[in-house]
Amino acid sequence: MTPLVAVTKDPLSLEALTAAVADGAGADGAVTSFAGLVRQDNLGRKVAFLEYEAYEPLAVKGLQRIVDEVRANWPSAKLGVHHRIGKLDLGDASIVIVAASPHRGDAFAACRYTIERVKQIVPIWKHEHFDGGDVWLEGATADPDDETARQTAYRIACA
Amino acid sequence: MRVTVRLFARLRDLAGTGELIREVPAPATIEQVWRSLVKDMPALSDYERTMSVALNTDYSRMTAAVKDGDEVAFLPPVSGG
Repeated sequence: MTPLVAVTKDPLSLEALTAAVADGAGADGAVTSFAGLVRQDNLGRKVAFLEYEAYEPLAVKGLQRIVDEVRANWPSAKLGVHHRIGKLDLGDASIVIVAASPHRGDAFAACRYTIERVKQIVPIWKHEHFDGGDVWLEGATADPDDETARQTAYRIACA
Repeated sequence: MRVTVRLFARLRDLAGTGELIREVPAPATIEQVWRSLVKDMPALSDYERTMSVALNTDYSRMTAAVKDGDEVAFLPPVSGG
């Protein structure tokens, strides 16, 4: 049984998550998905591989919180999100997101909102190993109660 | 009292460990745990304005009170996805 939310060292499967999220019996008319892959170029650096680290219990709670926010914003949408941690090679999926709903608008918005919120509030970090060194990437100061950040994610999702 | 401190990503590298036990006088807040840590590891102070904190695996604030046996985590800006 595929969980809807997971932080895992195992390779991710968009197919398995889609099967867990979408109702194949007709209730959902739309399924959207997003996969984030390890990219070879970052800020002019030639990436060799990434290591992802998580504060796992809080990362799982963060993903669950995003699922709850999606339900509040788009009540007809269902969501699944899996994030991988550990060593990932170029092209590996670090995150897969699936949103399903009766109509496409909600599914697209829920999917986009989710990746924006993951980058804002989920305690996971990329350690980039590149030609000539390594660096911890740092993005947003995580604060789930920051309404401005949440609204920014919502605006991007509905653009 | 004793609290477990968890450090992640570059904070963990700077401290040389991801988990340590700190002895702090009761009563104490997360901020006091942080101050005591920074006294021993001044390099961590760079993160004071950008990090988040968690108490017993939930996001919290520097002003929150800690109890004996609590787990406090200091989290650099996140970069998942």
